[in-house]
Amino acid sequence: MSIERGRVRWQCRRALLELDLVFTRFLERHFEHLDEKQLADLDDLLRCEDHELWAMVNGSQPCGQDRWKEIIALLRQS
Amino acid sequence: MSVAKRTFDAVIVGAGGAGLRAALQLAESGMKTAVLTKVFPTRSHTVAAQGGVAASLGNSTEDNWHWHMYDTVKGSDWLGDQDAIEFMCRKANEVVVELEHYGMPFDRTDNGKIYQRPFGGHSQHYGKTPVSRSCAAADRTGHAMLHALYQRNVRANTQFFVEWMALDLIRDAEGNVLGVTALEMETGEVCIFHARATIFATGGAGRIYQSSTNAFINTGDGLGMAARAGIPLEDMEFWQFHPTGVAGAGVLITEGVRGEGGILRNNSGERFMERYAPNLKDLASRDVVSRAMTTEINEGRGCGPDKDYVLLDITHLAPETIMKRLPGIREIAIQFAGVDPIKEPIPVVPTCHYQMGGIPTNYKGQVVVPKDGDPNVAVSGFYAAGECACASVHGANRLGTNSLLDLLVFGKSAGETVVEDNLAGNLPLRPLPADAAEYSLSRIARLESQKNGESVFDVGLEMRRTMQKHAGVFRFDNLLKEGVEAILKVAERSKTTEIHDKSKVWNTARMEALELDNLIEVAKATMVSAEARKESRGAHVRDDAPDTPEYPNGRNDNEWLKHTLWYREGNRLDYKPVNLQPLNEGTEQIALAKRTY
Repeated sequence: MSIERGRVRWQCRRALLELDLVFTRFLERHFEHLDEKQLADLDDLLRCEDHELWAMVNGSQPCGQDRWKEIIALLRQS
Repeated sequence: MSVAKRTFDAVIVGAGGAGLRAALQLAESGMKTAVLTKVFPTRSHTVAAQGGVAASLGNSTEDNWHWHMYDTVKGSDWLGDQDAIEFMCRKANEVVVELEHYGMPFDRTDNGKIYQRPFGGHSQHYGKTPVSRSCAAADRTGHAMLHALYQRNVRANTQFFVEWMALDLIRDAEGNVLGVTALEMETGEVCIFHARATIFATGGAGRIYQSSTNAFINTGDGLGMAARAGIPLEDMEFWQFHPTGVAGAGVLITEGVRGEGGILRNNSGERFMERYAPNLKDLASRDVVSRAMTTEINEGRGCGPDKDYVLLDITHLAPETIMKRLPGIREIAIQFAGVDPIKEPIPVVPTCHYQMGGIPTNYKGQVVVPKDGDPNVAVSGFYAAGECACASVHGANRLGTNSLLDLLVFGKSAGETVVEDNLAGNLPLRPLPADAAEYSLSRIARLESQKNGESVFDVGLEMRRTMQKHAGVFRFDNLLKEGVEAILKVAERSKTTEIHDKSKVWNTARMEALELDNLIEVAKATMVSAEARKESRGAHVRDDAPDTPEYPNGRNDNEWLKHTLWYREGNRLDYKPVNLQPLNEGTEQIALAKRTY
């Protein structure tokens, strides 16, 4: 599973600076503590387009799926 | 040590707008095409481009390419090459309509044409009146463009190598380019991509600055690879800055905030723009505001513990106005500055946005270098397009909406040239030297074995601080001179970076160390080129080259109407003439004049 974590970590690199900054703090504070389910949810969330992802993180759009809510909340706290 | 080899007709590094447009041209012509990219193509930084793409379609107001060419030459402060600019402006309609046919969801007029809106610096009748020239897909133009191009590439069977980082350019003893070495993140293996043609479309290197609007991915990989392979970098002193990025983060605060009544203040609370621009005050043009902010900071009137930013104040606006008109900005201030702008002002600094210089190319996308007295000799097998290249259409300053146009026109042009060169028999698959991968492997091995070395983060931070302080938006001779010394010291430190994670696969620390190797080349090129250019021109503004009758805007055409070329070897500079001749005989040259708006 360590391989999977490395891939997910790299895929937190995004096309928008706003997301890079949020993910930097998220990776520092929360990433190591994610359990398998949370990691799978994050992996799923990372497939979103960057503008949609940023809109969910900044609260201008509601979270698209229930399974993303916990990760979005962690990103918003980061 | 033997490494795996893959062979293609063409290898393209980078899958943003320029890389995808070039790939499409090649794949649709039947060439076996590989695209290497660090991230999934639709996560490229082109996604962040909102403004639009310029083309003189004349759908909303009368327009033609001559006017667009004039605006671009003037915007470039006459440093742009007029052949390349003519080529770009003439091709604009074609590449935009092509994109429309690929399914790009442009905004439409009531009668179904592509809707066009005005944008700063674009005009009718050679600077007389504003023109509507920008074609956009809402505020997601770059995003829509990438998707349209990516889908089309999938259809054309372009082969994508996603999460691969190109490491070094491969050249033979004659200097011909034979491909690249690249690292696959998933396996940690280095592989040779052997090709008839290599196209760099790696984007800009805005991450050399501490305050930058660029995403983390913009590490100038193509520029670093080119510089290490002996290719000079052109006009690297020219960087476009935006006056108001959130201090410490770089996220843009749009001009709209000052439009709504936002006021810039120094550490005594003074509205300092009243001294610099008594009429327009906080709404003066970007460069005037940026320079005023820098002067306040340099003269000790900045805010915060290090006095290194000024404040953008909207606390006097009604909370309802802020919530209604500027909700996105409030969110950005809370997220990235930790302040609610309803209650507290936002810390801001001038922020790096776009790189005008790059790998020297001609309008065909061929990489060109000086050789035997000719300043522009094509390097066989090597092409570049987009922000990493310098054609040069942006010269000393880029016009808004010309960057997306640059991607399309020169991405396509580079692709077309490769197809033509190949058909003409000029692109044989030349034999690889036996040591083709040795240099890259030695760089990786050095990282693996480094003991008691420097932290990648610390060296990167020192580089970004040095660039921000010494080669920012407003430049001073003494700071530049000190900056050259300082950045060379940082470059020395970068040779002994150490990573503690030695794992083979998905090693982000290794990637960041390799990216720093590329950034540092760009940082040196920028500092050295900026120190040497003793005039003000476009985005390069020096305190000791002010506006005088003899030198309008501080520009000195007698001595400095020339392109800078920086060579990594010996850290030396050379220069080459600006091409003031348009491409076609019948096209009128845009004569030198003072750049005023």
